[in-house]
Amino acid sequence: MSTDAIQNVIGDFESLKSSKDSEWFSEQRRSALDSFKQAGFPSTRQENWKYTDVKQIARKGFSNTRTGQAKASKEELEQVRFKDLNCIELVFVNGAYSNDISHISALPEGVVVCDLATAFAKHKDLLEQHIKTDETTSSFTALNTAFSQHGVLIFVPSNTRLERPINLIFIGKEQSDGYAAHLRNIVVLEDSAEATVIESYIGFDDAQYFTNAVTDVTLNQNARCIHYKLQQESNSSYHIGNLRAEQGKDSYLETHSIALGAALARNDIHSQLNAVGANIVLNGLYMTKDKQHIDNHTRVDHLKPHTLSTENYRGVLNDRSRAVFNGKVIVHKDAQKIEAYQNNANLLLSDDAEIDTKPELEIYADDVKCSHGATVGQLDKNMLFYLRSRAIDEDTARSLLTFAFAEEVISKIGLAPIRDRLEYLVVGQLPDADLIREFTNE
Amino acid sequence: MSAKSKKMEELVRKDYEHGFTTEIDADTVPPGLNEDVIAFISQKKGEPEWLLEWRLKAYRHWQTMTEPNWQHLNIDPIDYQAISYYSAPKSKDDGPKSLDEVDPKLLETYEKLGIPLQEQKMLAGVAVDAVFDSVSVATTFKEKLKDAGVIFCSFSEAVKDHPDLVKKYLGSVVPTADNFFAALNSAVFTDGSFVYIPKGVRCPMELSTYFRINASNTGQFERTLIVADKASHVSYLEGCTAPMRDENQLHAAVVELIALEDAEIKYSTVQNWYPGDENGVGGIYNFVTKRGDCRGNNSKISWTQVETGSAITWKYPSCLLKGDNSVGEFYSVAVTNNHQQADTGTKMIHIGKNTRSTIISKGISAKYAQNAYRGLVKISKSADNARNYTQCDSLLMGDKCGAHTFPYIEAKNSTARVEHEATTSKIGEDQLFYCMQRGIKEEDAVNMIVNGFCKEVFKELPMEFAVEAQKLLGITLEGAVG
Repeated sequence: MSTDAIQNVIGDFESLKSSKDSEWFSEQRRSALDSFKQAGFPSTRQENWKYTDVKQIARKGFSNTRTGQAKASKEELEQVRFKDLNCIELVFVNGAYSNDISHISALPEGVVVCDLATAFAKHKDLLEQHIKTDETTSSFTALNTAFSQHGVLIFVPSNTRLERPINLIFIGKEQSDGYAAHLRNIVVLEDSAEATVIESYIGFDDAQYFTNAVTDVTLNQNARCIHYKLQQESNSSYHIGNLRAEQGKDSYLETHSIALGAALARNDIHSQLNAVGANIVLNGLYMTKDKQHIDNHTRVDHLKPHTLSTENYRGVLNDRSRAVFNGKVIVHKDAQKIEAYQNNANLLLSDDAEIDTKPELEIYADDVKCSHGATVGQLDKNMLFYLRSRAIDEDTARSLLTFAFAEEVISKIGLAPIRDRLEYLVVGQLPDADLIREFTNE
Repeated sequence: MSAKSKKMEELVRKDYEHGFTTEIDADTVPPGLNEDVIAFISQKKGEPEWLLEWRLKAYRHWQTMTEPNWQHLNIDPIDYQAISYYSAPKSKDDGPKSLDEVDPKLLETYEKLGIPLQEQKMLAGVAVDAVFDSVSVATTFKEKLKDAGVIFCSFSEAVKDHPDLVKKYLGSVVPTADNFFAALNSAVFTDGSFVYIPKGVRCPMELSTYFRINASNTGQFERTLIVADKASHVSYLEGCTAPMRDENQLHAAVVELIALEDAEIKYSTVQNWYPGDENGVGGIYNFVTKRGDCRGNNSKISWTQVETGSAITWKYPSCLLKGDNSVGEFYSVAVTNNHQQADTGTKMIHIGKNTRSTIISKGISAKYAQNAYRGLVKISKSADNARNYTQCDSLLMGDKCGAHTFPYIEAKNSTARVEHEATTSKIGEDQLFYCMQRGIKEEDAVNMIVNGFCKEVFKELPMEFAVEAQKLLGITLEGAVG
């Protein structure tokens, strides 16, 4: 079975027509395909994939080349866009860039924001320098390198602050045969540059597809990047996301990863703190229902002294869903004066749900302050009693407390339009949503 | 005089039972492992047919297995065909004739631990006058146990005298095919301890391998089986604080505990095998499978361990909490110095309702040592109201050592409450300063702080053990700071 899936991938690769501009990249694509051929799809026997079985993705045999065969309607776009948010917007439908519904204008001098095809044509030097092609660690990133035709290049030169956030919208719709969208986003911030990047993945009509997104972030000295990822893929889709960051001296990366959708989703964040003073904040929320499976893996490598990481992930599990969390902090040799904090809290609301969490510490230096914690529990009985004693019925009380639990993560989101939408979405998943809105808006 | 000779006679007869009296040289099989060797071991020990079959089954399965490689350890390859799997107990003449022949470093450690001279001889393997041989202590001890109905004997004796009990419980917690080293142990184990506490009995004293005759001859593949029948209670001590002379490099023991309804087993270990020299040469590989089964309702199993020795320690004393309201506990101090490596922790498998578990793990790493905590807390679907609390703290001394934490939590029940906390830090400079500023030497101050760090675990140890463990910690970490 698995070999069939790999053959299918190889077949697709042979039929892949690269544009003339990206011919220089074909060697890298081929070597990435070779690494994929060798590794195949990950199996649950691998420690990294112990709790997440991707057999289904392999079995479905999504086409790796037939992307972009649908159009987004006006209503759908309306739904996806953030009102009251003045932003640069790039829209992708079924894995292909749609120029006519995107808005890129009035960029400050030296700033590059463009889709991948344009980047291949116009910014070869930037791509050559920053596109990562060492794909020996993950089969899915290798697959991405082999096939990615669409995505974004964001480049902000030194001492430039990009005021408007960049909103990347990835829409998934039904098309005659399922497709695999291998999206590659490259974000480069030079010294003291600043940018905010939003990735929203939204699926419609229970469409079946597979998103395999890779975002490579490079932060030079003193650069500052705020990254949001809102994953609301359709209930029948599969989502594999990789965020790989390299951080320079005194750089700051803040990631907010919100996972609500997809039948099966896996989200990897890996940051390398390469120089003194690098700082990363990892903020995450996952809410699962029905038979959903959401897996979050994060890894922070403290390679140099005086680096800092703070992680807080929360999960709410309902129905027969399953969530996985794995947070790894590695303090390398001679990386002294490190501070690393990690926390994962889970609310298990159903007897049929399952959570598998593993916060890990690997420390090879001694002058460090590292701690991690993980909890699995229910809503506090005393709090429930408090609310009920004030004539709030049980369902509403439970909803309120669940919302409060999730709000811990949502409240850290700086951009108000995103925060509002999330609050709306989270509340929408709870019973007595209208009542809760009434309570919380006051 | 007559009592003395009677004891002598008893001893002689025992030796005979085991077939150890003659042909000492012929009893040693050449290195290598095959079914003939296993049959030979079984025959030498006069085992019943079923046990031989059991061993062979384990061996056949072992052949299909490969060594695990997921651990955070660096192990030189082990040649299983280079080990001699059976050698008759060494004649006393082989050991050193007097303390003068014993490694002075070993003696120095004994001195520091305050061990009496006679015991020093025993530990170092010096030929001791047969009358002393701790038999007198052991005999009075045995009589007391006999009155209480407690069975405490070597595994070989148990196979002969209590075959039904052994057959019923052996391998029921750690099956022969459980893991690579447990399978190997099942195939070739030579001896160990057997304990049975009858219904409603509270064992009148702490049981200790230290007092068991022949304890020093249990060899590298030890098998321990402890059964606590309904509403009984036992506290068992394994090992001792003094370093033991041992030439076997690989130790793969299996320990099985079974607690029936309302029973309680407390199992304490102090492990201080030879850790190798300062450069990491030599030392024992300690690969142990320990598992307790809380089979009955309201049962309790508590593991306490102080691991200071061995070049590599690899063990996860675990609890299967099957009975409703059963309780599992794990208290551990693991100290690694120089080039020692430890990958240790526990598994708490919650199956019954209202089951509770507590894990307190303290890891200390110094110099070039690597120390990992690896644990699993699993809440099955059936385990309503299960509760776990885990705390693992690591202390680092020196910038070349490592401390790692790999806690797995799997929860499938919405009433589960699981908490895990871990911290890693170096020894507090301000604490050190505070002590030193009051005239306490740096080494003593470190000792004090480390002992404070481990207090939660030490307080679980039986009193005498706790005192010795504290001293031991100081000796293990000697020279780690400064």
